[in-house]
Formats: sequence, structure tokens, C-alpha cells
Amino acid sequence: MTALPRPRALQPAWSQDAAAAFVARYEGLRGRLPGDAAAREAGAAAFAARGLPGVRDEAWHFTSLRALAETRFAEPLTPVADCAAMLARLPQTDAPRLVFVDGRFRDDLSVVPQSVSVRVGGPAYATLANPDREAMVALNTMLAGDGAAIDVAAGVDGGTLLLVSLGTGTADRPVAFHPRHSVHLADGASLTLLDVVMGEGAYWHNAVLELAIGEGATLVHLRLQDESHAAFHVSTVYADVAARGTYDSFALTLGGKWARMEVHASLSGPKAVAHLNAAQLLGGSQHADFTTVITHAAPHCASRQTVKNVLTGRSRGVFQGKIEVARDAQKTDGYQMNQALLLSPDAEIDSKPELEIFADDVKCSHGATVGELDGEQLFYLRSRGVPQAEARSMLVRAFLAEALDPIAHDAGRAMLEAAVSAWWERQAP
Amino acid sequence: MLKIEGLTASVDGKAILKGIDLVVPDGEVHAIMGPNGSGKSTLSYVLAGRDGYEVTGGSAAFDGADLLAMEPEARAAAGLFLAFQYPVELPGVNNANFLRTALNAQRRARGEAELDAVQFLKLSRAEAKRLSMPDDMLKRNVNVGFSGGEKKRNEVLQMAILRPKLAILDETDSGLDIDALKIVADGVNALRGPATSALVITHYQRLLDYIVPDRVHVLAGGRIIRSGGPELALELEASGYASVVAEAA
Repeated sequence: MTALPRPRALQPAWSQDAAAAFVARYEGLRGRLPGDAAAREAGAAAFAARGLPGVRDEAWHFTSLRALAETRFAEPLTPVADCAAMLARLPQTDAPRLVFVDGRFRDDLSVVPQSVSVRVGGPAYATLANPDREAMVALNTMLAGDGAAIDVAAGVDGGTLLLVSLGTGTADRPVAFHPRHSVHLADGASLTLLDVVMGEGAYWHNAVLELAIGEGATLVHLRLQDESHAAFHVSTVYADVAARGTYDSFALTLGGKWARMEVHASLSGPKAVAHLNAAQLLGGSQHADFTTVITHAAPHCASRQTVKNVLTGRSRGVFQGKIEVARDAQKTDGYQMNQALLLSPDAEIDSKPELEIFADDVKCSHGATVGELDGEQLFYLRSRGVPQAEARSMLVRAFLAEALDPIAHDAGRAMLEAAVSAWWERQAP
Repeated sequence: MLKIEGLTASVDGKAILKGIDLVVPDGEVHAIMGPNGSGKSTLSYVLAGRDGYEVTGGSAAFDGADLLAMEPEARAAAGLFLAFQYPVELPGVNNANFLRTALNAQRRARGEAELDAVQFLKLSRAEAKRLSMPDDMLKRNVNVGFSGGEKKRNEVLQMAILRPKLAILDETDSGLDIDALKIVADGVNALRGPATSALVITHYQRLLDYIVPDRVHVLAGGRIIRSGGPELALELEASGYASVVAEAA
């Protein structure tokens, strides 16, 4: 085996030290990790060459990794939290569920689906991820221990499937885990994936999901990021949508002390559709980053994005949304809207829309708004007898309604609405 | 019902109300008329408790309680209702849900039982029908995409459902055609009774053909300069505000 190169010297010492620690962990485990060794080794080489992303990486300009890099993470051992209690918070549904604890599949907590094929026991490497470009994905590829490979056969309606991650760790022994999942919908297949991540204590969850959506197939991906308030969360999703396929996603972020969701969606066949909707509800000193790249690679495709931020305390929200339209992608229809409601003078939003258009017959629009609760609307509600706190709550929900109301999956929407309610109650003075 | 004494108020440091004295007894409807800029809307906002309207002196008692010391929601629960001159749009808030939340918040504050969804639906549909409002107005977002007349009718619907003791109508007639005006007037008249009162603020006499007031007051320059019976409105309509203002000066 060849020695891995050292991380590049451009990064500050804290970043280099952290990267070196991850590489050292890999060198210690090398050869004992499951799955495709060649894919893993390529990821390791990419990570070792690049190190962690730095603020000089444009894609990470608003999100500093310093707090994460200065935490020394250990390997997960026995879960240290009550998993049954956490699972009781899941939506009450008959849907099958795949439960991972600290990145490991837990057969005893899972209910395996009938109409969908699932393989677990090692990382589900697929072909969409780009470890050479995304350092966190390279790290995941290097250290991934487990994951679910989910397959839905052609023309099959896979129904609803819960994919659950529970993180457990303690302040004096934070753990890191790097699950690697894939979903493949063959032509004409459909699936609703309720993707819930939560946990207790201090840990870092660094997930990668590769989603291949066949011709005329539909994946509804409803995500709830409700990690522990002491957790770091990074997830990178790659979605490839073939002709007439649909990737319909909504991601609700309200957990974690520091979080980054990154989505790369490629519309690679004509008339493919992607919805990358999201809401980030943040308080205290939370930092959350929602970064998306939508690539229109084929003609007559449509993408829609409504991203809402509700920020209290000293929290900071980041939205970076890039739409790339390739030369051949004529008749592209792209829409992106990012809105932020700042409920405190110390909250902050950074918003960066980016359009890169090489075709000449396209319709692309984007917009961003930032504001506070409307004083007139508040007074109107109070003048009707609605107490101030309830009036504020109604207006925050109204702000989120545009993003939440269109979710057609009842159990999924109910799960997200319940999470919003619980979050709001936690904010009450 | 309402007793205002020596009330003064300012907006952005500018004195608008310069000493209002007004008593509205139980069961009476009083009209306040006056030229633009006389302080009519300021009076309604001060009574409803809007931020930015600073009371600098005087008092207002509502059923004997100090109205000016109460939060806006407490004033509403005590039975005060302001029909806005410019009703506010609430995108993302369903009209029926808004009304039910408001009604139940008031009932809760008064220690009364809340209405469940079925009871509320029955009540709201009956009131909407009485005001010739289509059912779908209850399903839409509050005032969003409503025409001017629909917004005013929605104010009257809220009033009909919330059943205030004292309704303040701030130029509810402005921008209404004659049919809508009659509907609004019917809504107010339906509330009239020995224990309810209304303060009708208007620029024109027209509304008072349909809501006949017990007393008419002329507000000019932040003061009530003349009071009289319903015939005063007719006099103003015939001679204009200028002569009344000049006479009082």
C-alpha cells in the first residue's frame, strides 16, 4: 500500500491537524473496513490531498469549519443514549423503517420493507458522488462504515420508507460517523423517503446520499434535521433525475449547533423536474447552511426552490443556491426564492443566489427577501383578541406555509409541522 | 360604555388629539364626522391600542375599566372591536382559522368555553350567509386578493362573529358601492341592542342614512367642536365642514 499524501499546506494549522487525524484514523483501519476498497481508497486519496474545506473554498465561504476541526472525534462504540425513547418521537406510521445508530444499521430497531430491496452492512457507494470536488464526501468515502442501498424495481410503487439516523455521544467523548446511502429508482418507480436525523449529546454526523431517479420515476424526499443541540451535521445529497423523472424534496433544519446540507441535483433527461424546498429554523447560536447546485443538463426541465429561514437569538442562516443551465438545456424553467424572517436584532442571514446560463432560450428567476414580523399584521391579530405570543406564532407559521402546505404526503407533512410546533414552543420566552 | 375625558395623543411627537371629551352610553350609536386630518383615525387607533400612538393626557374608561392601560388583545377580550379603514392582509393565514383563533382567544380570556371546529363552522357559515358572503371567503387567506368591498365585509363578518360590546367603525363606508354599504349597515344594525354600542367614524353622511346614530359629533383639529342629533349630519352634508369649523372658531 502506498502512503497517502499529506494535506496541502495552504490550510491553517487547526484544519491540517484535524485532517491529519482523520487520515491517521483511516490508516489505522485500512483493510478492515467493509465494501468496495477501490472506491474507498480513491476517496481517501482525494481527502488526503485536499484536507478539510477552508474559508478560501468559495462553497464554504460563509461556513467555518473551525469548531468542528477543533473537536477530536472518537469512533462510536456502544450507543450511550436511550434509542427507544428517541424512536418514540418518530411519526406514527405503518411504514417500514431503516434505523441507523451512530452510523450503524440496527436490525433490532428496524422494520424491513416488502416492496423495496434493501442491502445494508457496508457503505452503499454509487456513481454520483464527487469526492474529488467535495472534501466532506471524500472524508465520508474514506471512513464510511455502513449504509443502506435501496432499490425500487421498474414500475413499482415502493410506498413510504423511513430512513432514520440516531446520533449518540457525550461531551467528553464526541463520536463521528459517516453513513453512506444510495437510492435507485428504476424507470417508472416511485418512493417516498422520510429521512429523519436526530440524536442526543455531542457527535458529528457526516452523511452522503446518492439518489438515482430513472425515467418517469418519482422520489419524494422529506427530510427532518433535528440533531442534538450539541451536534455537528453535514449531509451531501446527489440526485440524478432522468427524463420525465421527478425529485421532489423538502428539508427542514432545526437541530444541531452547526449544520450544513448540500444538495447537487442534476436534471439529466428531458422534462425532468426537481423541487429543492427547505426551511431553516434556528435559535441561540446555531449556524446552518443550505447549499444547492441544480444542473439543467437537458432541455425542457423545471426546477423549483422555495427556501425559508426563521432566525432568532444570535443564530446565523446561510443559503447558497446555484442554477447551472447547460448549452443544450433549452426551454429550461428555473425558479428560486429565498426568504428570511429575522426575529431578533442579532440574527443573521447570508444569501447567495447564482445563475450560470449557457443556453439562450430559458426562463430563470430568483429572489431574496429579508424582514421582521410585520407590525401592522401583529396589531391586526392582537386587535382581534389574539395574544401577542400566539399572534407571532401564527405569523411565523404563515411565513412557512408557502413552503410546507404544498407537501402532499400527509404523514410527512404532519411530521414536519409537528417539528415546527415543537421548535416554536422551545423558543417561547 | 365608553367615557373619554380630556384625551390627548401624539404621533411621532406631533399632537393630533388635543383634548377629546366623549361619552357613549350603553345601547347608543354615535357618529364622529370631520374633515381629513382632524384626528378621526388617530382616535380609533388610540382606543384600540396601536403602537406608535402615544397618549399624552386624559383618560378613557371602558365599562369603568382603564382602557388605555390594557394590551390590545385585552381590550378585544373586554368587548372592543375596531373595524379597520384599511384591513390588513395576512398571507398564509386561513380566514376561518384566524376567526376561530380570535374568538377562542377572547372566550378563553373571559373564562368561557372554547368553540370546537364544528360549532365554529356552523356559526361562521350562518354569519357569512347573513352578510351575503360566499362560503369560500372563509377558506381564503385573510384579506388576500379581496376587493375593497370584500375586505370591508370581512371586517363586518369578524364583528358579527366576535360580537363586541363596542364597535368602532373607522371609515368602513369608504370605497363601498351602495349594495355593500347596505350589507355593512345591516351587519352593524344587527348588533344593536341595549348592551351594545357603536362609534361610527365617517367622512360622509351617506352611511348614516342606513345606520341612524343617536348622536353626531364633529371632530376638527383634534377636538370635538360640536355635537348634536342625527340632524347635524344632514346639516354638515348640506353646508360642508368649513362653515361648522368656522362657526366653532
